[in-house]
Amino acid sequence: MTMTKKPETRPAPASWGLAAGAHVPWEYASAPESTDHVQIKPEYGLFIGNEFAPSKPKRTFEVINPATEEVLARVARASAKDVDRAVTVARGAYHNTWSKLPGSERAKYLYRIARIIQERSREFAVVETLNSGKPIKESRDVDVPLAAAHFFYYAGWADKLDYAFPNRQPRSLGVAAQIIPWNFPLMMLAWKIAPALACGNTVVLKPASTTPLTAYLFADVVRQAELPPGVVNIITGPGEIGMELVRHPEVNKVAFTGSTAVGKMIARAVAGSDKKLTLELGGKAANIVFDDAPIDQAIEGIINGIYFNQGEVCCAGSRLFVQESVYEPLLDKLKARLSTLRVGDPLDKNTDVGAINSAGQLAKVQELVESGIEEGAEIFQPDCQLPDRGFFFRPTLFTGVSQSHRIAQEEIFGPVLSVLTFRTPEEAIEKANNTPYGLSAGVWTEKGSRIFKMVAAMRAGVVWANTFNRFDPTSPFGGYKESGYGREGGLHGLAAYVRLDA
Amino acid sequence: MSPRTATTRRTRASVLDDRPMQPLATSRNGAASERVEVRKTYKLYIGGAFPRTESGRSYEVFDARGRLLANASRGTRKDIREAVRAARKALPGWAAKTAYNRSQILYRIAELMEGRREQFVAEVAAAQGVSRRRATREVDAAIDRWVWYAGWADKFSQVIGSVNPVNGPYFNFSVPEPTGVVGVIAPEESSLLGLVSRLAPVIVSGNTAVVVASETRPLPVVTLTEVLATSDVPGGVVNVVTGLRREIVPALAAHMDVNALDAFGVAPSEAAAVEDAGVENVKRLVRPPSGGLQRYDWLADAAQSPYLIGQFVETKTVWHPIGA
Repeated sequence: MTMTKKPETRPAPASWGLAAGAHVPWEYASAPESTDHVQIKPEYGLFIGNEFAPSKPKRTFEVINPATEEVLARVARASAKDVDRAVTVARGAYHNTWSKLPGSERAKYLYRIARIIQERSREFAVVETLNSGKPIKESRDVDVPLAAAHFFYYAGWADKLDYAFPNRQPRSLGVAAQIIPWNFPLMMLAWKIAPALACGNTVVLKPASTTPLTAYLFADVVRQAELPPGVVNIITGPGEIGMELVRHPEVNKVAFTGSTAVGKMIARAVAGSDKKLTLELGGKAANIVFDDAPIDQAIEGIINGIYFNQGEVCCAGSRLFVQESVYEPLLDKLKARLSTLRVGDPLDKNTDVGAINSAGQLAKVQELVESGIEEGAEIFQPDCQLPDRGFFFRPTLFTGVSQSHRIAQEEIFGPVLSVLTFRTPEEAIEKANNTPYGLSAGVWTEKGSRIFKMVAAMRAGVVWANTFNRFDPTSPFGGYKESGYGREGGLHGLAAYVRLDA
Repeated sequence: MSPRTATTRRTRASVLDDRPMQPLATSRNGAASERVEVRKTYKLYIGGAFPRTESGRSYEVFDARGRLLANASRGTRKDIREAVRAARKALPGWAAKTAYNRSQILYRIAELMEGRREQFVAEVAAAQGVSRRRATREVDAAIDRWVWYAGWADKFSQVIGSVNPVNGPYFNFSVPEPTGVVGVIAPEESSLLGLVSRLAPVIVSGNTAVVVASETRPLPVVTLTEVLATSDVPGGVVNVVTGLRREIVPALAAHMDVNALDAFGVAPSEAAAVEDAGVENVKRLVRPPSGGLQRYDWLADAAQSPYLIGQFVETKTVWHPIGA
C-alpha cells in the first residue's frame, strides 16, 4: 500500500456554478489498480491446437498500451499458411472430438471456462485495461463479469438445443471463423466463442490487432480447462489475415463484429458460398429525451450512453435528441455533469474516461470533431487536464447540430455527443430513424404509453427505455438495416451456430 | 434456370417462323359458329393496380408442349423501382395492422383462391405440363398454405419472441418485427405453389413484397394477383413483376430500399451474383438450396415452417428498469 499525498486542487469549471475564481473544493487521490499479479509475456505466438507457436515465416508486431504508448508485448503475425493450419486443426478437432462429444460434456467444459474467468477476473481486468485503454472500473465491473456470464449462460444450452429449435434437429456447422473488434476484446471473444462451442462447432478467432492480449490470456484458460486441442484456436494479424480466414474453403461459419465497411467486404467474400454469416456492424444510436423524463436519471443515461468506454461502442448513444421545452435546463445539467468526468489513467479506479484505443482511432475522432466545428456546430469540452502521453481525447459535446452534419451521420466511435432537438414524438421518430444504421436507441419519458410507441417506432435492434448500454447474456443483441444481421445473446444467439434441418 | 428459358428468349419472328398461325393453347378449338374467346391481358401488379410494363414490351409464354399460351409483360428495372416504391409506401400500414387482422386477410386469400380453383388448376396444368390430378394437388396445397400461414399471424411472435431473464432489475423482452420491403424471387419451376410457399411467410409478419415471377411460367401468379387485388390485401403489400429474370433480378437484388431478399428461387449458378448485389445495403438474404430446386418437394410439410417467417423478421430487444 503506497501512501498518497493530498492532491492539489484546480480552478473549478464555470459550469459548476461556484464563485468566480473558486477552486474545486476537493480532489480525488490517485487510486491505481495493482498490476503486480499480472504477467504479460514479452512475446506471444499463435495459439493453434492448444499450443503457442511462432507464425511461419516468423513475423511479429508490437502491441502497445494506448495510455502510455509503451510496448506491452510482441505478437505473431499470421501468414496465409498459418490461417490454413489453424483452420485445418480446427477442422480435425471438429471431426475427431468436439462434434462427437455429447452436449452435456461440452457444457461442462464451458462451465469450467466461466469459472476460470471468474477466478482470474482481476488479472483479465488489468490486462484488458492495459491493452485497450478502457477504465479499470469498466473492465472490472462490466467486461470481465459479462464475459464469464456469457460462457456460463451458453454452457447450459449445449445439451438443450433440441428445446431451442423444436422440430428442427439442430446440428453443428463445423469450423467457425470469428473476427472481433478492439473495443470489448474479451467480451466480444466470449460472445463469439461461447455459443459456437455450445452448439458443437470449433473456432478460429482473430482478435483485433491492437488488442490481442486478453485473447491470448484466454488461451491459457483453454489450457487450464483442458479443452481438447484445436477446439479453440487464436491467430493474430492485420485485416487481410482476417479476410484469408473468411475465404478459407474449410470454414463453415463467419461471425464478424466491426465496421460496416469491413462487414460488407466480408459479405462479398462469402457471397455464393454456403458459409453462414452473421454481422454486427456500426451504429449511430438516437437517445431521445422527452420533457417529462426523469432528468437526473436521463443525464446519467446520456453520459453512460456516449462516454462509456470512451464512446468506442457500436451501440453508443451518439445522437442526443432533446425535446425543445427542456433543452436549456437539460443542457446546463449535462455540461455540469460532463465537467465532473475524470479523464486519465485507465488503471486508476476513479477514472471515468480512459485512453482512445489507438493513434489511428484518435486521429479519426479528431478529424470528425474538426468537421463538426467547420460545419458550424458549437463545441463544448470540459476544462480537464489530459495526460502528457497516450491517446486521450476530451469528452466532447456539440450543440446546434443539424441532421446533415457529418457528426450526426457518421459513426465517430469516440467520446463525442451530437445534440439535436425536436418538438413532437413524430419528429423525434423521423429524425432518429434517419440513418442507414439501426443498432440501438434510447427513450426517456415517464409516460408508459409513449415508451411503447417510441420503442415500436425505432428501427433498431436494441431499445433501452429509461436506461442505456445494458448488456446481458440472455438478451439478444444485434442490428437492423446496415448495422448487420443475426443476434448475439439469448436463445436467438444460438441460431447463428446451428444448421436447422426439417 | 430451367431448360425452357431458351425457348422463351426466341424472338417473336422466330416463333412465327416455327409455328405460323398457331392458336393459343388455352383457346377452345371448335367449329366456326362457337363463340370467340375473350382473352386476358397479363399485366404487372404494382401498388394494387395492374399497369402494363413501362417498356411497352412483352414476351411469349408457352405451355409445356411448346404451344403459345399468352404474351406476358416484359417488366424492367423501372418497373422494379415502381414496385419497390409501392411496397415501401404500403409497409407502415400493413405492419401496423393487428395480427388478427392480417390473419383474416391471409385467410381471405385462401377463400378467394378456392372460388377460382378450377382456373388455377387449368393454368398450373398448362404451365407445368402436369396432369390435372397433379395440378389439383398443387393448387389445393397452395390454398391450404395460405390457411396455414393465416393461422401463424398471431402466433409466431409467441414462438419466436422471448422474455429474457437478465441479471439485474430490468424487464427485458425480444419481439419480432417485419424486416421491411422483401424481394421474393419466385421459383422457376413451381408456378403457383412455389411462390405461395415463399410469399406467405414473408407478408404474414407485416413485410411487403416485390415478387419477380417465374419467367417461363408466370401466368398462374398473374392470376394470383387478381385474387390479391380483391381479397382485402392492401395495394402495395404484394407487387408482382413479370419478365426476363436476367433483366430484373439484378435490379431487385441491388435496390437500396429493399431490406431483404428471398433468393430461394434463384438458380445456384446465379446465387453468387445476386448475393453480391445485395451487400451494399446489408440485405438479409436467403440462399437457394445448393443443389437447386429440381428435386425440391413443394408439397412436403417441410416446405412450410414458422422458421421461414423468422427469416424475414428483425428481433427487437427492449429494456426497462424495474423500480418504484
